[in-house]
Amino acid sequence: MGSPVVTIIGTWLAGFLTLAILSFLYKDNPFYKLAEHLYVGVSAGYWLIYVAFFDVEPMLIDTFMTETGVEKWIILVPGLLGLIMLSRWFPRTAWLSRWPIAFTVGIGAGLGITANLQGYVIPQVEATLIPMTGWNLVTLSNIVLVVGVVSTLLYFYFSKPHKGVLGGAARVGVVFIMISFGASFGYTLMARISLLIGRLYFLLHDLLHVLD
Amino acid sequence: MSKGFWDVINTLDRRIIFLILLVCVTLPLLLNVGGEIRPTPPVRRAHAAVASLEAGDVMLVSIDFDATSAPELMPMLRSVLRQAFEKDVRVIMLGHIAIGLPLGHMALEEVAAEYGKEYGVDYVDLGYRPGYIAVMIGMGREIRDFFDSDYQGLQVEDLPVMDGVHSYADIDLLFGFEHGAVIDYWVRYAQARFDQRMAFGTTAVMAPDAYPYLQSNQIEGLVGGLKGAAEYETLIGRPGLGTRGMPAQQWAHLLVIGFILLGNIGYFVTRRNRG
Repeated sequence: MGSPVVTIIGTWLAGFLTLAILSFLYKDNPFYKLAEHLYVGVSAGYWLIYVAFFDVEPMLIDTFMTETGVEKWIILVPGLLGLIMLSRWFPRTAWLSRWPIAFTVGIGAGLGITANLQGYVIPQVEATLIPMTGWNLVTLSNIVLVVGVVSTLLYFYFSKPHKGVLGGAARVGVVFIMISFGASFGYTLMARISLLIGRLYFLLHDLLHVLD
Repeated sequence: MSKGFWDVINTLDRRIIFLILLVCVTLPLLLNVGGEIRPTPPVRRAHAAVASLEAGDVMLVSIDFDATSAPELMPMLRSVLRQAFEKDVRVIMLGHIAIGLPLGHMALEEVAAEYGKEYGVDYVDLGYRPGYIAVMIGMGREIRDFFDSDYQGLQVEDLPVMDGVHSYADIDLLFGFEHGAVIDYWVRYAQARFDQRMAFGTTAVMAPDAYPYLQSNQIEGLVGGLKGAAEYETLIGRPGLGTRGMPAQQWAHLLVIGFILLGNIGYFVTRRNRG
């Protein structure tokens, strides 16, 4: 951290902005608007500076100036694609931006397909092929897992009406989906309360010094 | 009388609920009421992953969050760093959320100072590079292709902490702190392709999405939310914000459960009275 004066000013500023944001819970007001706009502006400014001086300058400009041979010229390809993206600002040339977008989408799709298969689908299927023999808690847990996976998958099978056995299995799948939603909601609530705890701790400890 | 009460409950001004919640969270913080914290298996496994490292081993710490998740992730970041520095593990920090990196750097400097660690020798902050998928895949070949300098422009070649560290093969554990989908990319690119050992600390919101990776043993441990942070603090014996916040978290959860029950009872009672 900087000098004590800077720390004190920073802490009070952070305290003011925290209270300004929390004041929205009562109703919308100018202090909230000020804090909100400051946050958006500072974030955008930070990103701009960071990308310009820590990425574009060293990775594009400096590389072009210092490299020799093919590596010097190959760097112009991503640079040019990046510039073409800016053509979206002008209606007459906006179509040009489809090239870098197509490049990005193509790369993303190619990487994504293999990564999802290799890093998600196959390991998860493998992790579902688990023993269901014996009488113990592990077996019970495994049975719940397999029944949950199969019934949830059957719920999303829409090629046949959900009647009979398929309908029953789909209803079991709905129960698992609902439990999953409940768990997600519970975790989300926990996260939001944690944020409140963090801010209150800052106000009480760092700003007001009423906590040890 | 009864109908009036439930009508009031059903139409309660949300600001009254906010006020009650505020009191419910503030009081336990002020009173500092404690309680037993029992570490759960996912957190124990994450702790064991760091504990398995030896002096001189390399731990890559990825800062993939920003200020919106700091109250949850900063306590666990500090705990993991303390455990690593305690064991003289070399720490290499980088991140995929540029605006969050200063938070990671603050924690790194703070904890390094506690253990008398020297920048460039015991730890380094490589900073941020755009395009996280390209960075993750490229790091499997040569880290210097993307991070030839650290966050302040010092050449990586000149930093002893980076000696012999070129790719995932030289990294003994990756510990990511996640508030978004970057965890998926770490697992799908660094773990699946390069068999990188990894553990994660996530926000509570992200924890349910990360559990399948734990169940399939693709990741070695998972620290979820402030509760996970409190459990990790318990395991290393250094209570912090996580531990301090747990009573408030419990009170708030009980309050919300009470509100959910009241709201549902009120709904059914008023519907019966009207119908």
